[in-house]
Amino acid sequence: MTALSLEFWAFVGVIAGIYTILALGLQVQFGFTGLLNFGHAAFMAVGAYTMAILVVKASFPLWAASLAAIAAAIAFGLLLGLPTLRLRADYLAITTIAFAEIVRYVAINEQTLTGGPVGTIALAGPGRAASYNAEWLDVQRTVQDWLEAVIGDHATRDVTMLVIVWAVALVLLVVVDAALRSPWGRVLRSIREDEDAASALGKNVFAYKLQALALGAALAAVAGLFFAFQFSFFSPGDFDPLVTFFAYTIVILGGTARNWALPVGAVLFGLIFAGTRFFDFTPFTLFDSADRAYLRLIVIGLILIGLMLFRPQGLFGKREEMVLE
Amino acid sequence: MSELAQLSANGLVTGSILAIAAVGVSLVYGILRIVNFAHGDYLVFGAYIALVVNVSWGGHIVLAALAAVVLTAVLATALEFALWRPLRRKRAGVFSLFIAAIGLALVLRHAIFLAADARPRRYEVDVFQVYELGPIRLSQSQLVAVAIALAAIVLVGLMLARTGLGKAMRALSDNRALAAVAGIDVDRTVVLTWVVAGGLAGVAGLLQGLVLNSFTPNFGFTLLLPVFAAVVLGGIGSAYGALVGGLVLGLVTEISTWSALAGGAPPVYKPVVAFSVLVLVLLLRPQGVLGKARLL
Repeated sequence: MTALSLEFWAFVGVIAGIYTILALGLQVQFGFTGLLNFGHAAFMAVGAYTMAILVVKASFPLWAASLAAIAAAIAFGLLLGLPTLRLRADYLAITTIAFAEIVRYVAINEQTLTGGPVGTIALAGPGRAASYNAEWLDVQRTVQDWLEAVIGDHATRDVTMLVIVWAVALVLLVVVDAALRSPWGRVLRSIREDEDAASALGKNVFAYKLQALALGAALAAVAGLFFAFQFSFFSPGDFDPLVTFFAYTIVILGGTARNWALPVGAVLFGLIFAGTRFFDFTPFTLFDSADRAYLRLIVIGLILIGLMLFRPQGLFGKREEMVLE
Repeated sequence: MSELAQLSANGLVTGSILAIAAVGVSLVYGILRIVNFAHGDYLVFGAYIALVVNVSWGGHIVLAALAAVVLTAVLATALEFALWRPLRRKRAGVFSLFIAAIGLALVLRHAIFLAADARPRRYEVDVFQVYELGPIRLSQSQLVAVAIALAAIVLVGLMLARTGLGKAMRALSDNRALAAVAGIDVDRTVVLTWVVAGGLAGVAGLLQGLVLNSFTPNFGFTLLLPVFAAVVLGGIGSAYGALVGGLVLGLVTEISTWSALAGGAPPVYKPVVAFSVLVLVLLLRPQGVLGKARLL
């Protein structure tokens, strides 16, 4: 692969598409409702693992396993939200990150259920490589055939995935954007701005928060499913708290409560995160590849700090919508 | 019974380190309303400063501890001027502060990775020296850690209770506006709070490095959630609470593995025990065991 290969940029695009869906979930929770959910990666993990476990261990058809995965993430969202949503914003942040770490520790240590630290490849037990992906590859091949009719040889596996992921991401964006523009979405915004005022107007603030958390969890599960499909197997390390921070970076980079800025944020993030792997000229050659991975994370940290200092509303946001007490 | 004694001793070691890390987090939160997500990485910074002194330059571990305390305090103070004060000037809200702290954590941790790489490191101490105190066996590192940490706890406790600075910190944490009106120099107290929090983070980082035996820059994040749990347990913003919370949490997580408790939790789940304590306290008594209800 070279820096200019279509294949590589298609891969970067797939990652950006998956992160768009993930960040859309966070947008509903954080951008619109003001919930500091720092356990977003756990919903992604619950979605991906539920699907993989049901396909491998219970021989579910893929579509049923995927629906069950989204349902499981929603159930986890409700389970987490019921006791914690009454907490103050910063307490909620700490509780949700603790919840996400519990999920990750369980995924690492309950080897019979999840395959343990090596990941889903060990789902079928020792000595047998497990795969949940067969049905997905059939779907993908069908789409690839359609694409070949249009764009010929460019329709490779990653390009096909790119088209599927972005089609889903855009549909979800349109639907969620419509929901957030509806009266329901306006109530969410009012909760973010002033919970007591919303409550005084007779809105059941707790129920709305719970709905926002559950919708965000479902979107994270969809992102988790596509992540699982793209990589054929995954492990608990893929749902590190860093993933949640990346989703925040995307939401904030584009602009809080600006849905159409999410794809822009995700593509910028994809360029920083994956695109810089091919900076193979000075001064980048001074660092080896591990060092460049550290540098990327330093850059992402600096972007977050810089945005908070100089442009808390992100590239396209409104300042009043980010500077909350 | 000897198992319980041993677990309690281990819990005291873990807990005393958690306590001195937690008191810094709690003071900073109480006074500045910053949930300092980067505190774990302040600890790592201290641990690696000590590593340079102890291993690269061959200095004694006590000298290394002093260097860690001083330089981590300098780092924390420098960041107050470079980051936190400008953010406060711009009236950054809770969200902005939280996200800036996450950005800072990413920068610090990976800068340390960049400088020191990912190899596990250890201090030049005798790891085979074990002391037997009745039924309890403690390594030299553990003994040093618990001695230094308990001394630090007593000093911090005295500082908070007796000195003008300690009183000013507690007053600011209690009611910032009232403290300012009463003539407390807010800016000076804030800077000194970072000095104390940073210095304690430096020593906690060194001690955690000693106890872990070998460590990588990731240990800060692993320790951060138990530290938050200790802070919450003691009541967010309460400095004495954080000290007690750290000790109690250390004991609870170690004793949770006691075989007499229905076989005990598997040791790999010790962090989960700490997180569960965190979640339970927030749900049942969010003001913490020692906190005041009106702070909510």
